[in-house]
Amino acid sequence: MSEAIEKVSIIVSRGSLEGVYPGLIMANGARAEGIEANLFFTFFGLDVIHRARHEHIKVATVGNPGLHLATMFGGLPGMSSVMTHYLDRKMAQLDIPSIPEFVEMIAASGAGLYACKASVDLFGMAKEDFIDEVQEVITVGEFYGIAAGGQIIFT
Amino acid sequence: MTTRTYAGREVELNAEGFFTDPRQWNEDMVDEIAGDQGIHEVTDRHREVVKFMRHEYEEKGDAPNVRALAKSSGVSIKELYQLFPGGPAKSAAKIAGVPKPSGCI
Repeated sequence: MSEAIEKVSIIVSRGSLEGVYPGLIMANGARAEGIEANLFFTFFGLDVIHRARHEHIKVATVGNPGLHLATMFGGLPGMSSVMTHYLDRKMAQLDIPSIPEFVEMIAASGAGLYACKASVDLFGMAKEDFIDEVQEVITVGEFYGIAAGGQIIFT
Repeated sequence: MTTRTYAGREVELNAEGFFTDPRQWNEDMVDEIAGDQGIHEVTDRHREVVKFMRHEYEEKGDAPNVRALAKSSGVSIKELYQLFPGGPAKSAAKIAGVPKPSGCI
């Protein structure tokens, strides 16, 4: 067998439901395998750890060909909420946790949660805007320090 | 596939270290399998989780994932990771002599 992965750092840069889940699933899966994992939230990915926003992450219904929905319908008011509601229900049936619960779970598993300083400054946010599980707001240089010796996955 | 001897009985493990035949397992093997997983001091809490894992597998035909394990065993996710640093679902399943839990979450 080839060498096992022992450490991963996963960057979550997107703020749409379909852009967020893969990174969370990979982080949670890594911890479940005993792999050290750190999550780094940047740009719109900051919504995932934002107290007021993490419950309201929606599916992108425009510019998302994978959804097989004509753009002109995708842009109708409320469409994103309807699609998100539909997906949430399907995921609940499969016992997939909601984003806030998932993040809490991943933090409880011992993974590190970090926010990107450049994005925090850009959006005028502060550490207080984030859920308690977030360890720190860090620079990209500090991120590389934390990620040292492991794999980096960008999502 | 490898063979190991636990509690004086020979058992078969797959490449990842899970029992290929859960019927070869018995409770006396727990400490030795745990030792192979780097858990050298098996507490009652460990035994409780392992027992639960075994029970769930026997009932449902699939071992629970970490979330399901926490939800139904009453042991928090945090504690599960402290008890089984090598990944709770994975180590507990190995120690309970059941196949790796399926599913991604």
